[in-house]
Amino acid sequence: MTLTPDDIEAIVLSVKVAVVATLCSLPLAVFVAYVLARWDFWGKALLNGLVHLPLVLPPVVTGYVLLLTFGRRGWIGEYLEQCCDLVLAFRWTGAALAAAVMAFPLTVRAIRLSIESVDPKLEQAASTLGASPFMTFVLVTLPLSLPGILAGTILGFAKALGEFGATITFVANIPGQTRTMATAIYTYTQSPTGDEGAFRLTLISIGIAMLALLLSELCARHIHRKAADL
Amino acid sequence: MKIDFTAKHKRKDFTLDMALSFEGPVTALFGPSGSGKTTVLNILGGLLRPQEGRIVVDGEVWFDSQAKIWVPAHKRRIGYVFQDARLFPHLSVGLNLRIGGWLRRSVRAKDKRSNVEWDDVIDLLGLNQLLARKPGTLSGGEQQRVGIARALLANPKVLLMDEPLAALDEARRAEILPYIERLQSRFAIPTIYVSHAREEVERIADEIITMKDGSVVGVRRGSDFSL
Repeated sequence: MTLTPDDIEAIVLSVKVAVVATLCSLPLAVFVAYVLARWDFWGKALLNGLVHLPLVLPPVVTGYVLLLTFGRRGWIGEYLEQCCDLVLAFRWTGAALAAAVMAFPLTVRAIRLSIESVDPKLEQAASTLGASPFMTFVLVTLPLSLPGILAGTILGFAKALGEFGATITFVANIPGQTRTMATAIYTYTQSPTGDEGAFRLTLISIGIAMLALLLSELCARHIHRKAADL
Repeated sequence: MKIDFTAKHKRKDFTLDMALSFEGPVTALFGPSGSGKTTVLNILGGLLRPQEGRIVVDGEVWFDSQAKIWVPAHKRRIGYVFQDARLFPHLSVGLNLRIGGWLRRSVRAKDKRSNVEWDDVIDLLGLNQLLARKPGTLSGGEQQRVGIARALLANPKVLLMDEPLAALDEARRAEILPYIERLQSRFAIPTIYVSHAREEVERIADEIITMKDGSVVGVRRGSDFSL
């Protein structure tokens, strides 16, 4: 079994898209998770719903909404192109955006749960020592919810790696530009002679996903061991 | 130092209503559980904002409901010792202790006269052997000693202690009480001490405020502690 140059291109692109999507959305995911876990405000249910929407919508709908807003004629897309020379539609950057949006609810959910499990009494203790809300977050909440943040990141990465529906709707399936592993497998399955190629990439997909899960398990163990040393 | 404290706070089944000056140096808030002692402490510490009232500590207004002033906890120079210690489980004892001084480093730089020195605190509370340990490996009594040291090293103007001995057994209590007594002679930080244990309060306090159902029912000062 040998990989063709196109296969390798798809694999590299998939990993690049997933890494960029995960890392760029992580700070926002942590912030939103914190807001949902700790703040009480009008419209919280609305924000929660909005964050979870990509989880329950058909991915093709999410992709189409992205096309309407971030496409070259979409109101955000047009602005981004004018101000920052950034085009998302039918580019790998758009694939990263689609993957990030689709992975966001999973990441936020995991992080929110772990922030909620941090005892607010410890945060109070930090404030009596002179820690502003931000410093309290950095010194207490963030380190204590690190295992959950890690789990959420891995989960989001796995989701981003396999994203298909929103990606193909928003950025199509252009070889070398937006053809990720998932869309490449889809392309193979559309051709009568594509079985072998589809199988190759399927194995690679499983391999990368397993590797990510193993890595997260190792990290989690490391954190637990450190916690046990305490 | 004088603390003027006026607060009204209503919850479903409890109303706090008190107006009083704490003269200290060690003031005990004494009374049965549910009498509002901890509520007073939380209000003083900035952890609970009452519906109405005014708090002035050493000339600084921390709370004034009419003027809409509320200084949040982290901007009040307090040290808070909790009943359940509340040490940060992910940090070593040493870091737990250093965090307050670091967060208030600008205060320490400005007001050197009132600085609490590291060696004094570690020495007084006997913490030298514990610095590298993690809070989870400490006994209840050791945790509370670290909790007291952590509050002191945050350079407080007022030390707030919420039943620091209540979670400990008799032997541990007898172990910690002398440390708390020594605090005063060493650092002379005005202290508000919440407790429901009469013998503790009589041993430590210069002033005993007895509370019941959210109100003050008795104030005793000096040596007249025949409660």
